[in-house]
Amino acid sequence: MALRMIARRLESKLQPMFSSASLLHSHATSFGFKEVREEDKSQMVGNVFTSVASTYDLMNDLMSAGLHRLWKDRLVSKLHPFPGMKHLDVAGGTGDVAFRILEDINSTRHRAMQDATEDYLHEETRMYICDINPNMLNVGKKRAIERGLGDNKALIWVEGDAESLKFEDNSMDGYTIAFGIRNVTHIEKVLAEAHRVLRRGGRFLCLELSHVDTPIFKELYDYYSFSVIPAMGELVAGDRESYQYLVESIRRFPAQEKFASMIADAGFQKVEYENLVGGVVAIHSGMKL
Amino acid sequence: MSSPALSTRILALPPSIRARAFSALNRPQPNYPGHVPLTWLERGALAVGSAFGSLRDPYRHDLIASLGEATAKPYFVARLRRAMLENATGRRILRDKPRITSQTIRLEELRKMPENTVGRAYAAWLDREGVTPDTRDQVRYIDDPEEAYVMQRYRETHDFTHAITGLPVIIEGELAVKAFEFANTLLPMTALSLVAIVRLKPIERRRFFEIYLPWAVRNGIKAEEVVNVYWEEELETDVDVLRERLGIEKPPDLREIRKALRDQKKAEKAAREAQEIMGAARDV
Repeated sequence: MALRMIARRLESKLQPMFSSASLLHSHATSFGFKEVREEDKSQMVGNVFTSVASTYDLMNDLMSAGLHRLWKDRLVSKLHPFPGMKHLDVAGGTGDVAFRILEDINSTRHRAMQDATEDYLHEETRMYICDINPNMLNVGKKRAIERGLGDNKALIWVEGDAESLKFEDNSMDGYTIAFGIRNVTHIEKVLAEAHRVLRRGGRFLCLELSHVDTPIFKELYDYYSFSVIPAMGELVAGDRESYQYLVESIRRFPAQEKFASMIADAGFQKVEYENLVGGVVAIHSGMKL
Repeated sequence: MSSPALSTRILALPPSIRARAFSALNRPQPNYPGHVPLTWLERGALAVGSAFGSLRDPYRHDLIASLGEATAKPYFVARLRRAMLENATGRRILRDKPRITSQTIRLEELRKMPENTVGRAYAAWLDREGVTPDTRDQVRYIDDPEEAYVMQRYRETHDFTHAITGLPVIIEGELAVKAFEFANTLLPMTALSLVAIVRLKPIERRRFFEIYLPWAVRNGIKAEEVVNVYWEEELETDVDVLRERLGIEKPPDLREIRKALRDQKKAEKAAREAQEIMGAARDV
């Protein structure tokens, strides 16, 4: 797992936006490899997730051979959650990341370092799980109950659009978006919203499937993506099209460096990214200062 | 990645094999809307996966459909298409390519048709079993558009076969129809689906082997190719006349047999309970 760093200063906004603009427009009108109208993309993505919601977690396990659990663990450890934090997990439908953060905060490691009089901080912890698709949120609520977090008042489920969040400015200590930013229509709006709701010192973390460049591994990964995954989608979930959309949308999403510069353009500092599994997954992070 | 020698060799292959020489990374364009070209490896994996998936969960009709498409090539769907081309009505069907959906078949009109017509029997069967003509999946994995149509036609006329034989949608009935279809069309999926016999209860299995399997094999072989029937034109034909023309006998009514058996069992149970009460009363 190589660690690459890009440091950007908030100096000049006079960056050439030509290439970025056309890339962003093409993201807004692309549905996988198909061209669609901007107004339609949100609805089409919504249909995909309504369709896959019930088998989402099973398919994640199958497609990544269980690795997605390790990737999410890595994301949470990079976040360094603390008791009393207000955290927003966007496109967090089935709750994976939010549960992990909450359990990390409540684990004995944190408790051991706490003074008994400071326990009120734990009471103030809030995990906001925001998703545009109610079906995914319902699956998440069910999973919370199964995990014993059903009536935990730290978990708050919100139906909302990542491009226009209903949260106040400077209200969040942390913002994560795991496997969600690929599906939005306007990436730059989501990044701008993330910057708006975060406090000073707040961290932005994005876990997303990304581009692989290593020569032979790339071919194998492409073969796996375009041959095995749609077949798995057909056999397990009865839905080849949704998983075809999934693998195509990964290819259409900007590469690691490009996405990092977009995060910096939104106003974040100390933008870095870390490749996992040779670039299959990348964790981008930034800080609001 | 291919040297000139390799691509020249591929181009020198006969067209039917050359068409298959692509990989998952450079798929050819679809031949019709919804077409998904598959490599041989993918086709095999789909066949195996669909077979196990549909055995585990018989309600996954999409897996049964994809099993049918994955196993239809080579030879079988081509044979069926040839059988259509050799018959005058079959040729007309291939030229017109009619589709059976709830838009093209007017169920309300069919219900009003005279007793014992094919149309009335079809509508009555759909109502009795609670199904509609829209539950058929689109063909996706067959490359040639005309062969894809043949497969789609077979799928859409499956309900008509049910209607004129009177066999119900329960597993027993479906297996009987599938056995008939195998003897009639030779599509491998129909034979593979007979593996579901393991899901029958012992008494159902005995009934199947004693009555319905012999009926299916006997009639499937001697009857005309059912795929050549232009159902849209036969809606007003009398069902018995059509069956005779095709050479199909009507099998024993499965729902009646099951009901008679259930009633008999209920009567026996009631008699037994009455006896016990009498016995208990006497002991007191």
